[in-house]
Amino acid sequence: MDLIWQGMGQAFWLVAHGDREIIGVALLTLGVSLSATILSLLVGIPAGAFLALNRFPGRQVIVSVVNTGMGLPPVVVGLFITILLWRNGPLGLMQILYTPTAIVIAQFVIAAPVVIGLTIAAIQQLNPRLRLQILALGASRWQMVALLLREARLPLLAAIMAGFGAVISEVGASMMVGGNILDETRVLTTATVLETSKGNFDVAIALSVLLLFLVFAVNLGLTLIQQRRRPL
Amino acid sequence: MFRNFIAAILLVLTLATPLLGCSSPAAPTATPSQKAPSSATSQPATPAANAKPANPQLILATTTSTQDSGLLDVLVPMFEKQTGYDVKTIAVGTGQALAMGERAEADVLLVHAPDSEKKFMQAGHGAERKLVMHNDFIIVGPPADPAKIKGVKTADEALKKIVAAKALFVSRGDNSGTEQLEKKLWKQTGLDPKGQDWYKQTGQGMGATLNVASDKNGYTISDRATYLATKKNHSLDILVEADKALLNIYHVITVNPQKSPKINVAGAKAFEEFMVAPDTQAVVGKFGADKFGQPLFFADAGKQDN
Amino acid sequence: MNGETSVNAAESAMPRSAAAPSRSHLPALEATNVTVRFGDRVVLDVPSLAVSAGEVMAIMGPNGAGKSTLLLCLALLRRPTSGEIRVGGEPIRWGNDLLPTRRRMAVVFQEPLLLDTTVQENVALGLRLRGRKEAEAKESVRFWLERFGIEHLAKRQARTLSGGEAQRTSLARALVLAPETLLLDEPFAALDPPTRASLISDMKEVLRETGTTTLMITHDRDEALALGDRVGVLVAGQLRQVGTPDEVFASPVDAEVAAFVGIETVAGGIVINQEEGVAQVEVGGQIVESVSPIRAGNRVLVCLRPEDATLLKASDREQMTSARNCLRGTVSRVIPLGAQARVVVDCGFPLVALVTRRSAVEMNMAVGQTVRVSFKASAVHLIGH
Repeated sequence: MDLIWQGMGQAFWLVAHGDREIIGVALLTLGVSLSATILSLLVGIPAGAFLALNRFPGRQVIVSVVNTGMGLPPVVVGLFITILLWRNGPLGLMQILYTPTAIVIAQFVIAAPVVIGLTIAAIQQLNPRLRLQILALGASRWQMVALLLREARLPLLAAIMAGFGAVISEVGASMMVGGNILDETRVLTTATVLETSKGNFDVAIALSVLLLFLVFAVNLGLTLIQQRRRPL
Repeated sequence: MFRNFIAAILLVLTLATPLLGCSSPAAPTATPSQKAPSSATSQPATPAANAKPANPQLILATTTSTQDSGLLDVLVPMFEKQTGYDVKTIAVGTGQALAMGERAEADVLLVHAPDSEKKFMQAGHGAERKLVMHNDFIIVGPPADPAKIKGVKTADEALKKIVAAKALFVSRGDNSGTEQLEKKLWKQTGLDPKGQDWYKQTGQGMGATLNVASDKNGYTISDRATYLATKKNHSLDILVEADKALLNIYHVITVNPQKSPKINVAGAKAFEEFMVAPDTQAVVGKFGADKFGQPLFFADAGKQDN
Repeated sequence: MNGETSVNAAESAMPRSAAAPSRSHLPALEATNVTVRFGDRVVLDVPSLAVSAGEVMAIMGPNGAGKSTLLLCLALLRRPTSGEIRVGGEPIRWGNDLLPTRRRMAVVFQEPLLLDTTVQENVALGLRLRGRKEAEAKESVRFWLERFGIEHLAKRQARTLSGGEAQRTSLARALVLAPETLLLDEPFAALDPPTRASLISDMKEVLRETGTTTLMITHDRDEALALGDRVGVLVAGQLRQVGTPDEVFASPVDAEVAAFVGIETVAGGIVINQEEGVAQVEVGGQIVESVSPIRAGNRVLVCLRPEDATLLKASDREQMTSARNCLRGTVSRVIPLGAQARVVVDCGFPLVALVTRRSAVEMNMAVGQTVRVSFKASAVHLIGH
């Protein structure tokens, strides 16, 4: 228990002191995970909307694949992405293994199914006649999709939080595709693993506290947007 | 409100863009542990290669023990500064480090499992293999020492006593260099601990394994560096040391360039030369002395290898 | 100054309100040979339907008759299996971009289907979708909020509204678009009776003022009567009859339409005599007179609304009646229904009469009792086979 208080104190000290290494790791973590989340939103929300609003053969299969993907283990993603990105592997020419880009890709693969799946659910919980009503008021197809997404904004923000939460907290994929290289690909989770294996529990706890704080800050921001002007 | 929603998305986007910019490889920052040894050493006279090498990307696959001890946090920035290479240090188990070399996914290896390394060289996966340094393994256990192994001269005898006492033994079980040495020692005793009640595998790194052993009052084999570096977290004593069988010998291996055109031959060669260079060896030989009262490694470059 | 501005704005928002609605007979909306099939099942088959510019057409029908399907087709939200729909004389080409045509219409559904934002924003929605100028939109929105008596709710979140307030918002949202054609899908069905009555009367006024071509579907014949310039009856996917409310309610073309418009006595008979526009029909062994030109020898259905039949005590010989029909029968069933009671009298055929609950008690109405039923010849409608 002492260790936890000690770690929290250290976390505060490291940040207040402006420890460049820790702050660099924290900023990288935030940058990588936010980028991956935003990419997954750019792909996942349109894809989810498409799957929710259209009926075509094979749709059920795709939705099942997406739902399975929502529980994709990060290490599995990490392993496959690593093998794909190996310099002698199929995508080796991109030369992005052990870079933040590789982590963003892996985290995107983890977050995208979460965002797609929750977007499908968010749109399907809307009254199906709402689509007709919006069209009947003179909306183009794009205007209708935009309005439906806006109507589903509360569950969509939950989707964003779930996607972000999934990627910022994962360690397996970041470790494998990033390599946990200081100043390049070391993020808070991999740094925590490293410090734990070094036995530096106080630093590990400090990193964990910092990670929790970042997740909290981002979710607080999203929650404030989500719950704004909802008096009931 | 719709516009607000879009605005929120845009805000997140703009927030993330500069952060991404930061995420591109930055210049190595100073770490606390880095300053101490470099001040204790004369700065290498090698002229800093300001001109970047043609292919600056160098992948070093190494063991977690070198990273956990903090030695690489000193040596890698030194090497990068001297040569201009950009080293990607991938710290994994020795098994995975050798496998990465075999698949030409690493350019140079720093590993400590001599038997596997010899097989690796015989199979033609490596180009050159040079002795760098050693530290030693120690058998550690609870101060109460239920198997009475304190002061025993050889690891062989100590393990036999642990078996006889059915005292708890904690193994890493992660195919690391440390575990490979442990396996070799068990083989010499002619005993097979696998599946015994008193034999536990953690599947984790050295630091974590030491903690498990400490927690459960068990014995384990550790490298001295990690043991010393993590002393504050556990209550294990050194019970057996200085047996020749317990030496932990590190070699640097350059991966055979014929395996793939992507191998950074020049970089690997430069790293190999750097590791055995006198200045580097001086740093290695003093590393950790200020912090633990004794150095963690013994510089061995150029010595007779067996 | 302020008041003047809003009056001007009102006129500009509702350009056709000043002039008397012009009821030209050019069809604003037409359906020709429109069918909709689900697999082998034909859910809609309308050979011809035309809504004239400026008129309010109410299509009635029981649940499952295909009313909503017809409305969705006319709103261009559902493509019929076959047939042609014309809007303002122009045939619709499915597969082309129908947005410009859809933007000439507005639809209000049974559920208000408001977006999760303020009342004001909801009403402005269609204008926003059309990219109208903010200031112009604001004036129109304010006008229609006032017109439906919900200006005090402008800033309220739509999800906090009552059912009636929400439906008023939904109607304002449609009318603010000044649509050429307004399509209403049971807009009053989910409201409680007082709310519904007040909204129907407001709506009647609005439609009269704007002269908007309107097609409303409903399962409630009172709504159809209240709002429709013409009414149509859709039964089992087929448009059985279209005409003025008087025509349809007084002279249904078949037994199902008759039943739907509230005629409870429908009995088969044969015309035995025709004299000066009055037909004598033999039905169930009795003679019934009807104002009808149908000639002797024709088989007919005799139709009578329950409210047009008066019950008299059989013994009360003093009480004379001016009605030409006066039949004897025995009460076979008494069905109390709120303030009224339905009495089924067996006069050789079952005849339904409506009496107040009170007179049912006074007359000591009981099953097996002999009564007289009187009704005018003009109340009897004959449907020829």
